[in-house]
Amino acid sequence: MTATQDKSVADRSMGLGLRWLNRLAGSSLLDRIHIRRHVERALYSGTKNGFRSATAAGRTFKAVQTLGKPARQATGKPRSLFDITPDDEQQMFQEAVREFAANKVRPAALEADASRAISGELLAQTSELGVNMLGVPEELGGVMHEQAAVSAALIGEALAHGDMGIAYAALAPGAVATAIGHWGTAEQEAAYLPSFTGEDTPAAALAILEPRPLFDPLKLETKARRDGEDWVIDGVKSLVARAKECELFVVAVETEDGPALFVVESGASGLSVEDEPAMGLRPATTGRLVLEGARVPGSALMAEGKREAYVECIERARIAWCALATGTSQAVLDYVIPYVNERTAFGEPISNRQAVAFGVSDIGIETEGMRLTTYRAASRADQGEDFSREAALARRLCAAKGMQIGSEGVQLLGGHGFVKEHPVERWYRDLRAAGVMEGALLV
Amino acid sequence: MINLEIPKKFKPLVSQANQVATEVFRPISRKYDEAEHSYPKELDMLASLIDGMNEGSDIGGAGAAGVRRESNGDGDSGNRNGSNLSTVLGIIELCWGDVGLLLSMPRQGLGNSAIASVASDEQLEHYGGRWAAMAITEPEAGSDSAAIRTTADLDGDEYVLNGEKIFVTSGDRADLIVVWATLDPSVGRAAIRSFIVERDNPGLKLDRLEHKLGIRASDTANFTLQNCRVPKEALLGSSEVKVDTKQGFGGAMQTFDNTRPLVAAMAVGVARASLDETRTRLAEAGVEIDYTAPAFGQHAAAARFLEMEADYEAARLLTLQAAWMADNGKPNSLQASMAKAKAGRTCVDVSLGCVELCGSVGYGENELLEKWARDAKILDIFEGTQQIQLLIVARQLLGKSSADLR
Repeated sequence: MTATQDKSVADRSMGLGLRWLNRLAGSSLLDRIHIRRHVERALYSGTKNGFRSATAAGRTFKAVQTLGKPARQATGKPRSLFDITPDDEQQMFQEAVREFAANKVRPAALEADASRAISGELLAQTSELGVNMLGVPEELGGVMHEQAAVSAALIGEALAHGDMGIAYAALAPGAVATAIGHWGTAEQEAAYLPSFTGEDTPAAALAILEPRPLFDPLKLETKARRDGEDWVIDGVKSLVARAKECELFVVAVETEDGPALFVVESGASGLSVEDEPAMGLRPATTGRLVLEGARVPGSALMAEGKREAYVECIERARIAWCALATGTSQAVLDYVIPYVNERTAFGEPISNRQAVAFGVSDIGIETEGMRLTTYRAASRADQGEDFSREAALARRLCAAKGMQIGSEGVQLLGGHGFVKEHPVERWYRDLRAAGVMEGALLV
Repeated sequence: MINLEIPKKFKPLVSQANQVATEVFRPISRKYDEAEHSYPKELDMLASLIDGMNEGSDIGGAGAAGVRRESNGDGDSGNRNGSNLSTVLGIIELCWGDVGLLLSMPRQGLGNSAIASVASDEQLEHYGGRWAAMAITEPEAGSDSAAIRTTADLDGDEYVLNGEKIFVTSGDRADLIVVWATLDPSVGRAAIRSFIVERDNPGLKLDRLEHKLGIRASDTANFTLQNCRVPKEALLGSSEVKVDTKQGFGGAMQTFDNTRPLVAAMAVGVARASLDETRTRLAEAGVEIDYTAPAFGQHAAAARFLEMEADYEAARLLTLQAAWMADNGKPNSLQASMAKAKAGRTCVDVSLGCVELCGSVGYGENELLEKWARDAKILDIFEGTQQIQLLIVARQLLGKSSADLR
């Protein structure tokens, strides 16, 4: 390899994670939650080989563009080798989010599930971790030069290991930022994205799901019609995270040209919100968004209503839910192992029995399959390859196996699994969401 | 950098293997399923070709020869894509063609894997390049390899083997049989060793060839060893009974860590054959698989297909992961067993499911779907049954010994 090539690789790696890293390092979050040393150690060991020269270069904010073409994250170059190892930057923030999930998210999960609420402090901390700006183009203050579906999947997985409902609540605004970063017009990007890169990230939601059996995101009952320069929208959206607090929605709506995404501000006329508690995902305070003659300007339409953009949004959301299901399934595995090893019956640990042990094996095997299918779909997205098939297969797998794993987690604890003293009953409820949800999150 | 696509450098190999599967295996697939026990002579030329492929490149061939735990680096931040991965990819393609014929490939036997994995340089020199079958199972010892009763007694410069071996794949056709026997039945697994026996050894008597559910192109032999004398040098590994290490039973078992991803790959190949054919048949019947529409908004057959294809995809990626780890020198015993367990059960479920979806077209002998469904079952049994894989996975995840979790 020549020196020039070396340099270009180093330059490129700077663009990938350094901005995110600097942002994190500059915040006091790591100190407040006592994980700075751990993160720095992970950073040092993870990046000493390829990253050292890059740390000195700082992030530069560019002026927000208000005219011209929308800014877009580039797709990555096709990768030549098979590899299941996250790159150095990914390992670093994976480690940071894991620490956060273990120390802050998991301890808050029981109370958040019971009260259907999360403390503002916890939400602010996740936002400070930078998890909501992965899809924001660099030009608009984002941290990722290239598309970051794998990174988003790794973060979703790590956060959901702490708690799926809190992960949903915390990551939901990021889906709106990613949607606008991918499919927004230049005006939409300029108007909305800066608020997702600052301190005070707004609550926001990508609302696609509608309340009916056999919901198909390509056949929406939420409809838009033209009225002069405006659009008028009617319909109901379901299981919207933190619906009451949201300042901004991206809503899936059927126009006469097919399904499309619209940016809808919470102040628009004809909007209301209903509480919609569900079996799981309770910390996300899910609600219905009701649009009754909701009026938005003509400029609210995203991606010129192009079908491929809409389909890509649906498929990226499925990958995101797979990532969460993988993280929560791993949480089940990590929880049942010590339990079945310590619990005794008939004079020995119950894990000495094949009927119990094989249940653990199956959780392990299927979780690993969920993880790999999710990573493959995300990686294809980052490389600019078609990923419809891979996203669909990951979703089928995660819907079916996630449910089984949730059930087996409770079963292995028996009656103890049924009571709230242990988290497995919560994971049983949360894991069912992976096959139900559409939209709401994005990678 | 996470990427789970087939590496560019292996695409020619995958394409070659696919051509062999299409042009050589598929046309004679039914013929040797019907003519059980007759030798597929078409494979001789192919075997020479594959020997050439193995000689000529470091990216491995299509068979069981290339499973040593080492490979050439690719210089890309230490990540390696080597012979384990290329072998697995080749096997998937060839078994998409016909798994029975792959198992009948001269010089690609499990015995060859054992020799390649644990033989000394002298033994490699002496036995290399010949077709070796593996004889482990006995009438009273299947999954429980440590219960082997075939004995090996030292008599001067020779070992004398006595016992009975069943389920020896390619046992009639191979040049050599790697026989597992005990140096001392009172010691248990620590005394188990493998011995290379020439097929024409007068003490090795062929009892019969099995008639089977599937993989009928592959011969499965039962032998009696009666005062079967082999030179001392035919013992693989150390003759020291007390060491239960790489040189002994552990070494023999280590062969399985290397070969389980290969059998998983066979299962992945058979599953894909069934899925590909079924996809075509369903399309002819007016059912197209739509990857964007929700599964349950589609025809029930499409929804079932998606469910099977999702399991297939997981099995395939688990298999590639296990091989990739071996290429990179990472301990992969857990992932190898995960891959084998998932691929074995998925292959059976998928191939039988495809027969159901295709109805009498799937069930009848005019097509190969029913054959693949019969072939599939062995892949969830040999090289460690489903249950054995689950045991290995459980012991690793739970940190249990084989004494605790039996």
